[in-house]
Amino acid sequence: MVGRRFAAALPGLMGVVVGTFLLTRALPGDPAAFFAGPSASRQAIEEIRARLGLDRSLVAQFGVYVRDLARLDLGTSLSTGQPVTRDLLARLPASLELTLSGLLLAVGVALPLGVLASTRPGSLVDHACRVLTTAGVSLPIFFTGLVLVYVFYFLLGWAPAPLGRLDAFSSAPPPRSGFYLVDSLAAGDPAVFLASLRQLILPAVTLGLFAMAPIARMTRGGMLGVLGSDFVRTARASGLSRGTVLFTYAFRNAMLPVITTLGMVFSFLLGANVLVEKVFAWPGVGSYALEALIASDYAPVQGFVLTMATLYVLLNLAIDVLYGIVDPRVRIES
Amino acid sequence: MSWTKLTRLVLLLAVVGTASPAPAQSRNETLLVVTELGPNSMDIHGVGANRPSYQASWNLYDRLITYGVKTLPDGSKMYDYGALKPELAESWQVAADGMSVTFKLRRDAKFHDGAAVTAKDVKWSFDRSVSVGGFPTFQMKAGSLEKPEQFSVADDYTFKVTFVRKDRLTLPDIGVPVPVIINSELAKKHATASDPWAMEWLKNNPAGGGAFKLESWKPGQESVYVRFDDWKSGPLPRLKKVIVREVPSAGNRRALLERGDADISFDLPPKDFDEIARAGKLKVVGIPVENAMAYVGMNVKTPPFDNVKVRQAVAYAIPYDKIMDVAAYGRGIKLYGAATNQPTGAWPQPIPYKTDPTRAKALLSEAGFPNGFETTLSFDQGFSTVNEPMAVLLQESLAAINIKAAINKVPGANWRGALLKKDMPLILNAFGGWLNYPEYFFFWCYHGQNAVFNTMSYQNSEMDKLIDAARFESDPAKYQALVKGFVKIAFADVPRVPLFQPYLDVAMQKSIGGYQYWFHRQLDFRQITKG
Repeated sequence: MVGRRFAAALPGLMGVVVGTFLLTRALPGDPAAFFAGPSASRQAIEEIRARLGLDRSLVAQFGVYVRDLARLDLGTSLSTGQPVTRDLLARLPASLELTLSGLLLAVGVALPLGVLASTRPGSLVDHACRVLTTAGVSLPIFFTGLVLVYVFYFLLGWAPAPLGRLDAFSSAPPPRSGFYLVDSLAAGDPAVFLASLRQLILPAVTLGLFAMAPIARMTRGGMLGVLGSDFVRTARASGLSRGTVLFTYAFRNAMLPVITTLGMVFSFLLGANVLVEKVFAWPGVGSYALEALIASDYAPVQGFVLTMATLYVLLNLAIDVLYGIVDPRVRIES
Repeated sequence: MSWTKLTRLVLLLAVVGTASPAPAQSRNETLLVVTELGPNSMDIHGVGANRPSYQASWNLYDRLITYGVKTLPDGSKMYDYGALKPELAESWQVAADGMSVTFKLRRDAKFHDGAAVTAKDVKWSFDRSVSVGGFPTFQMKAGSLEKPEQFSVADDYTFKVTFVRKDRLTLPDIGVPVPVIINSELAKKHATASDPWAMEWLKNNPAGGGAFKLESWKPGQESVYVRFDDWKSGPLPRLKKVIVREVPSAGNRRALLERGDADISFDLPPKDFDEIARAGKLKVVGIPVENAMAYVGMNVKTPPFDNVKVRQAVAYAIPYDKIMDVAAYGRGIKLYGAATNQPTGAWPQPIPYKTDPTRAKALLSEAGFPNGFETTLSFDQGFSTVNEPMAVLLQESLAAINIKAAINKVPGANWRGALLKKDMPLILNAFGGWLNYPEYFFFWCYHGQNAVFNTMSYQNSEMDKLIDAARFESDPAKYQALVKGFVKIAFADVPRVPLFQPYLDVAMQKSIGGYQYWFHRQLDFRQITKG
């Protein structure tokens, strides 16, 4: 099933490859002029253009691009001067760590909130859930981030300086997974672990606030639907405790739409990351692509889009597998 | 906030907030610089090396000579472009015929890897700078340093530069960031047949002998420099370590400074510098960028701006004071409002125009446009903090004299390409030259050679003669007369309307001392002290 799903995703990925290639070249902006520098003459710019291979036909450039892709060579970034693959591998863990933390926080709050709201529909808790999640999702994410920095760092001094993954005087743990939390524990360094955790809180909260709404509302909706069904009524009538009814029976059946939502939210957060990364100086893959875009630097933008598309495909695959585990009917029917 | 979330958050913050990171080395000897953008190359000769790379290069590498320091009336320090001082070269002697200069190198200088610095390293580095093309070669040419044949080695500690012509800019050009001294043996080990200058390797690995070594560099995040304790080309810096962190959000950079978590920052909006200077908790040093100005440019090849009366009309229509207040927040020197068109020999200096809409309308009618005309006003969106308010104010004022200007925001990446095309009729732009001489500015901005900086496509053979003569005139009185000559033409013809000379603003903690303004507008770590 996994193999079939992956094969089905391939045409999509190929479309992404062609699409990003064309889109980046359709963007206004001339990387040769940008990188030749402020004082370059027309001749100097043409020299640079030839050096970058941008003077050849689109078809020729595409051929080169696909050939490099087959060797997993995503090209070189002109703005960092490094191979794009190396840049992405260095920055992806930062984005993933942030997104996963944000998601974990969101799930940790939104799930109980959704369940609570569903058991007391129309009550104060239900309304509070609605207000809170709507506020979290309708405020622009960079605004939330800046407000949190202003209140918790600047005014109160509780949060650490928004300097990125680590404060200026700690050094990164030896890289294994790229996740500072994991690597610092693996290296047995509790000080760095706590330092990374402190830096992670505010950006994770910003992302989490944003992600809470869909999760909470889907949980509430799913639970409400399930709580009204026959088997729950039977369970209650049979005298099972409230906890058992809620969690062993209702919750597990309500999870299916929530898992789909989680998948969507995760991929959405990966994109929204960019703004949080800008505010908190987080060296992630989103701000990397944004800077490349501003500089008309094609290779990182293409590499970024391709990576995100692949991640999305893998994510959907994981969701489908999870489906099969949670609801055996899905597995059998397919 | 729901009570569950709040409790959770407060508990978490309390637990983690009490644990502080391990205090590392002495904070008083470490400088934390926060900046918007970091270096994209450790090699100033590399293609597309950005401005922050100049800072890295300046501190990691030595040059033959450097500049002295002078103190301004308000106590702030800046480099003294009239006083060349030894760095790697202990002394130098211009030949009697004035067609060459010989440098004597100091004998105790070492590169970071311990190798001795000799004249052949200097020759290799100078050859590289004029051979790689692009910006570095262009900059060397500005001082008539053009061919490897000009550079020769007499012995291990003697280096000679032969001139192709007598150019007063040659010696100063040797002190700019471009002609760095690279460890040629180390670089050559990483050169290949297709890459004889080791461009690939030097991009990521500095091979210098400057006062600081590179401890680590994470592109897009931070670069860390540590003092090179064997540095002999000047007094040893007080700072032992400098961390340059990229923090893209300007608001956060200000917050970091105000809370004392960062030491020094450039690139904040002028409004922030104004407020910080007034609040008095931090030190703000604002020094006018030499030989630089923000201006309104009109393309003289595009009608109706080919008519001098139209250009003068625009010069009278501009809301100068409002722009100073609203866009620049007063962080600059006014370059308008002179009483008459009798310029001095100084540059930049104010133009004899001020806001006078009645006069502007009259001139426009005289030019044959009593009902005005339509045009497009373009600016670089990369500097929109200042450019956007300027553009809106200008649009408003032009509308008052019936010139309908549509605003065209050009993304930063495209601005240079757009300037090269020279098809924008009306632009807002800024230009500054490293070498502080008026003829240098005019050579790049007004001369008929039509460099990219001559955004107005201005051609005037009379002015060209004056500029060319001034470049090589050694008699001070004649030189002054030539400068006044071409400035007067520039003001009468007004293809470019100077607005103000911007400040280079820096904000720093009160404990930071020794900051010095440099023409390259980057930080020189060697002079800075903390505590």
